[in-house]
Amino acid sequence: MEHEQKQDPPPRGAVSQRAATAVTTVIIFLIGVVMIVDNYTLGAGWAKDGPQPGYFPLRVGAIICIASLVVFAQALFGKGTANKTFVTLGRLRPVLTVLVPTILYVAAIQIVGIYVASTVFIAAFMRVMGKFSWLKIVLISVGVSAALFWLFEIQFLVPLPKGPLEAMFGY
Amino acid sequence: MEDFSALLHGFAVALSWYNVGMMAIGIVLGIVIGVLPGLGGPNGVAILLPLTFTMQPTSAIIMLSCIYWGTLFAGAITSILFNIPGETHSVATTFDGYPLAQKGRAGEALTASFTGSFIGALVAVLLITFLAPMVAKFALEFGPPEFFAVYLLTFCSFVGTGKEPFKTIISLMLGFGLAEIGMDTVSGELRMTFGWSELLRGVDFLIVVIGLFGLGEILISMEEGLAFEGKHAKINPKVVLQTWAQLPKYWVSLIRSSAIGCWMGITPGGATAASFMGYGMAKRFSKNGDKFGSGELEGVIAPETAAHASGTSALLPMLALGIPGSATAAVLLGGLMIWGLQPGPLLFVEQKEFVWGLIASMYLSNIAGLIIVLTTVPLFAAILRIPFSIIAPIIIVVCAIGAYTVHNAMLDVWFMVIFGIVGYVLKKLDVPLAPLVLALVLGDRAEDAFRQTMLASKGTLGIFWSNTLVGSITTFALVMLFWPAISLAWRKLRQAAAGSA
Repeated sequence: MEHEQKQDPPPRGAVSQRAATAVTTVIIFLIGVVMIVDNYTLGAGWAKDGPQPGYFPLRVGAIICIASLVVFAQALFGKGTANKTFVTLGRLRPVLTVLVPTILYVAAIQIVGIYVASTVFIAAFMRVMGKFSWLKIVLISVGVSAALFWLFEIQFLVPLPKGPLEAMFGY
Repeated sequence: MEDFSALLHGFAVALSWYNVGMMAIGIVLGIVIGVLPGLGGPNGVAILLPLTFTMQPTSAIIMLSCIYWGTLFAGAITSILFNIPGETHSVATTFDGYPLAQKGRAGEALTASFTGSFIGALVAVLLITFLAPMVAKFALEFGPPEFFAVYLLTFCSFVGTGKEPFKTIISLMLGFGLAEIGMDTVSGELRMTFGWSELLRGVDFLIVVIGLFGLGEILISMEEGLAFEGKHAKINPKVVLQTWAQLPKYWVSLIRSSAIGCWMGITPGGATAASFMGYGMAKRFSKNGDKFGSGELEGVIAPETAAHASGTSALLPMLALGIPGSATAAVLLGGLMIWGLQPGPLLFVEQKEFVWGLIASMYLSNIAGLIIVLTTVPLFAAILRIPFSIIAPIIIVVCAIGAYTVHNAMLDVWFMVIFGIVGYVLKKLDVPLAPLVLALVLGDRAEDAFRQTMLASKGTLGIFWSNTLVGSITTFALVMLFWPAISLAWRKLRQAAAGSA
């Protein structure tokens, strides 16, 4: 702990590289543990006819655990990443303004189909982030979706998820 | 000259109207993909791969490899005009490329970098033409132990050449872990599906690539708050000819960078490392080395030549051994399996038309690529001036469609989103992503080779040293694996020696 007190604290509202590494390596370590447990129950030993199905993955899981422990230790006690910030709250906001709508978009695909969802998604993005005029927004968002529809449903005959609107037109 | 006639036949295949058309489409798409933030070689190819399922494998690989060449060319455009590397392998190009553009010499810089790329690629293709069949013939004798040793060497050289060995190991092992999800091909048992029947077929590498490199990249760009305010490029025949007249002066750099690139491409060091090395070496040995960074033409040629040579030669081990030398090559290799071709040395025996058609297309498409980029740069630079608030949602839509079309499954789109977040976090923590993709694509094959070896040896690891060939590959792999530790120990030792003296 002595070591940590010598460092300057990172700016307010920021997550340090060190903390982010520590948390991520803990998660990766847990993934390794899950792999070990799951494959151990499957049989990770040696059968009469060679290695059992869990043999290889169990060892992979073990290496993940060891490597994540080392990186964890490096992050806490090493000098390299001492004061670097991972992300500040101010910079996390634009990331979330993409990520959250993306998640909503994927959820919407399942309900209204990919074409309607994409139109709304692109339009909302242009409106909120780019402050475009409605005419441009409609032209681009509808245009892109129409082009995709033509490309996938008509040219390549690859069916994408569709909703009630497409059903009205008989697709 | 059996190979020579095969190559000529390959030219006949590649020169059909249909394939030339595919080439042009591929290159143009590749440049667009390379110029756009969030889209690059690996995920661009991954998104378009499902559309080629029904195509002839030869035409499909020609188109997809051309996308790859296009992205390699495109990296230079964004680096020089916008000071933003569109791809990681063009970071080194910004050092001298952007200063040149600021001085109003963007046209020269672009011409020099494209021509350098072309020369680097040409050297690499020549190398592939002559070396790949020999390597494949040699590798025909390989059994499972030799193959596993070569896989091991591939994975270990990532660790040996990477910056932080343990992060590389994590990346590799996560790739293996993902590859092992689903039904075990040998025993038919389910591994790590946790009772989830959707996981039966495993996690497709295409989904992972689209998430990690597509959505992940967009999130990174958002955080960095990209604003594209680029320089204008004027390329006309006069500028091109003037620049070409200067190029012979830099022949040493061209040869050196080509050699570095080829070496880094065949061993999976990657185009990024190659471009930095090419730049560093040129800076060190050039007469004008001290002026590097302020706008030297040589400082643009050196990294671009190396990057393109490396990106191209990454296909050599992919064709001859079934081991990709870069992330994009890994995706292409996955494509081979989807089209029903068995990657490996037998490809040269059983799929002559495919292999030589591809090699011939590399010659043609790089010539075509050079002409296309030289004539259309302003057009592609204009793409970057489209506001990010239009580009970003469209790219996300394209990623979602790409993920969905792999298996027509909604779950895959969710996985894509998850891997996007994972990619964002890992990238910010400096965990390299290319090893993960490589391990994911090769995981099953590496495991099969290992199990077959163990079956033959009844479980003793000694079989990996049972003859000189497999023994030397395995030993070399272990040296690569422990290289960071070895070099550290060596440095400590020398310090201690210097201290006591």
